[in-house]
Amino acid sequence: MQAPAAVIETVTGRAVPLRGNDIDTDRIIPARYLRTVTFDGIGEHAFEDDRRGLAAKGQVHSFDKPEYQGGNILFVNKNFGCGSSREHAPQSLMRWGIEAIVGESYAEIFFGNCVSLGIPCAVVDEGTIEKLLAAAEADATATWTLDVKAQELRGPVTVPVTFVDGPRQQFLTGKWNPMSELLSNMDAIEKVADGLPYVSGKW
Amino acid sequence: MAQNLYQKVFDRHVVGRLSSGQYQVLIGLHLVHEVTSPQAFALLRDRGLKVKFPHRTFATVDHIIPTEIRDRQRPLQDAMAEEMLQAIENNTREHGISFFGAKSGHQGVVHVIGPELGLTQPGQTIACGDSHTSTHGAFGALAFGIGTSQVADILATGTMTLGRLKVRRINVTGKLAPGVYAKDVILAIIRKLGVNGGVGYAYEYAGPVVEAMSMEERMTLCNMSIEGGARIGYVNPDETTFAYLKGREYAPGAADWDKAVAYWKGIASDPDATFDDEVTIDGSTLAPHVTWGITPAQSVAVDEAIPAAASFPESERPLIEEAYEYMSLEANRPIAGVPVDVVFIGSCTNGRLSDLQEAANAVTRAVQANPGLKVPASVRALVVPGSEPVQKLAEEQGLDKIFTDAGFQWREPGCSMCLAMNPDKLKNREVSASTSNRNFKGRQGSPSGRTLLMSPVMAVAAALTGKVTDARTFFNLSK
Repeated sequence: MQAPAAVIETVTGRAVPLRGNDIDTDRIIPARYLRTVTFDGIGEHAFEDDRRGLAAKGQVHSFDKPEYQGGNILFVNKNFGCGSSREHAPQSLMRWGIEAIVGESYAEIFFGNCVSLGIPCAVVDEGTIEKLLAAAEADATATWTLDVKAQELRGPVTVPVTFVDGPRQQFLTGKWNPMSELLSNMDAIEKVADGLPYVSGKW
Repeated sequence: MAQNLYQKVFDRHVVGRLSSGQYQVLIGLHLVHEVTSPQAFALLRDRGLKVKFPHRTFATVDHIIPTEIRDRQRPLQDAMAEEMLQAIENNTREHGISFFGAKSGHQGVVHVIGPELGLTQPGQTIACGDSHTSTHGAFGALAFGIGTSQVADILATGTMTLGRLKVRRINVTGKLAPGVYAKDVILAIIRKLGVNGGVGYAYEYAGPVVEAMSMEERMTLCNMSIEGGARIGYVNPDETTFAYLKGREYAPGAADWDKAVAYWKGIASDPDATFDDEVTIDGSTLAPHVTWGITPAQSVAVDEAIPAAASFPESERPLIEEAYEYMSLEANRPIAGVPVDVVFIGSCTNGRLSDLQEAANAVTRAVQANPGLKVPASVRALVVPGSEPVQKLAEEQGLDKIFTDAGFQWREPGCSMCLAMNPDKLKNREVSASTSNRNFKGRQGSPSGRTLLMSPVMAVAAALTGKVTDARTFFNLSK
């Protein structure tokens, strides 16, 4: 389920614009697709109900538009990924093809799950995301590069972006999947556990 | 230097700094359920790793379990649900983790059973692959939801990677009026601060209204912190907390009790602690709240009308318009009177004994005033206890009979229609009056289903009238 950790300095590819504030994890992956003991195959169900709902109204979701197939950098608005802690949400986006996200803000648990999966989430302000969404809607073929190191998004529009510092360091050092580093500190873990009465039983 | 609870508890659990500058933090209580753990256990198996602290890891089955007795026969009819149930049974057995399955006497919603067993205590760090882990903050613990990769991190190391949060104290002043509950307080807070107002913050709930709340009410309050964007919400431990814990199965015993209480008092926020932000809400002015839209911030008092889009900042209007359309509700229409098809009383928000007692008392009051009153045939009303102990105590008090006599269905414990991963689902465009925590599009199992969040007593009023009804007048809950 986790790719081997690797340094992530840049993500290059095409953008997928997805407008809307407060897009929750139930919309990203409906709960019925959580009835599984693996993450296999959930990429095809990303945004399933939103996609069907729009299709029923004669509209097309970005994930269904031919021009955005193969896109790998998702542009979003505010509080993206709010709601449940289900890692199935970023897993489904990743398995659909998304490798990085640029948006105004993210829900915290979703953001942490993206870090664990090696998906950098960059932050820009409201005016900037509007320009980026408009550019991606105007030209789906454009190539964009999200540069984690330089904190910049380059493409038809080039803008500075920000990252949360700790996760940014994790991407740049290839330690976004932290388990190996966590495992290396067993002595310190034992010591802290022994000092906590409710863990050690020594009140 | 004076510290708040968040700072004290965080510091006591720091194992060290990681190369990224973030903290490696020990998680002293890890709660596990069937939905977000199988992939994590598979990862441990692939890497040949053991569970670091099996005695601090506890599991149950709640999300997928059917709530009708006949559907709980094994194997479960839903092959995928059966596979998930077998996975958690096998994984917990293999790693020596306590598992509370059906008929164990403790099966139930993970955020109901943790406190009930006395596992949840002040000063702990608690994680679970479920965003409503914030519930446990009611005890003065730092409790929060995590994803499956982090479940694997904690299983293997007892720790995870965290940054520090800021802390916002939310003071709720005054006294709640009759018919106004913890659910209304948290809906009002989210309405005021927004669904992303808490991002980057832990919420410390304080003030006379919070101090007067029972532990179960505090759990309802902390439960929906995440709906306000705050991954953590907590209340400082006090005598109410200690009285709740005393004598519970996993609480410290008599020999350790005084030392434990002293420790717990020591982790409360200091009187002169500072906060990154403070907000005050006047609890005396609150009315019962009902959501009308597709986010938990889209709520109004039951005697208000659905707000006009023009009353919101321009950037929020598209979502308001989307909500009108999805809910088939229009601006300026009173929320009272909106017809409902389904009523769901339960969940980690409002599925505890006191919730069911309040709801049953309301039923009794209505039936006494109007003998023979029942849930109309057009409404399907479910009462789902949060756990086997809640179910048992409620049945001992005859609450089940009060509900069933009035036309409600009395079910077995589980998450049920809060997120509809089991057979309990809305159909098509049905409207649900629900005591759960999320009114997201499609949340209750139908991609076009609609949810109105409210307190248990408001849900009873909706069940008996078939529409959103002000419980204060319907049950004559005057001062």
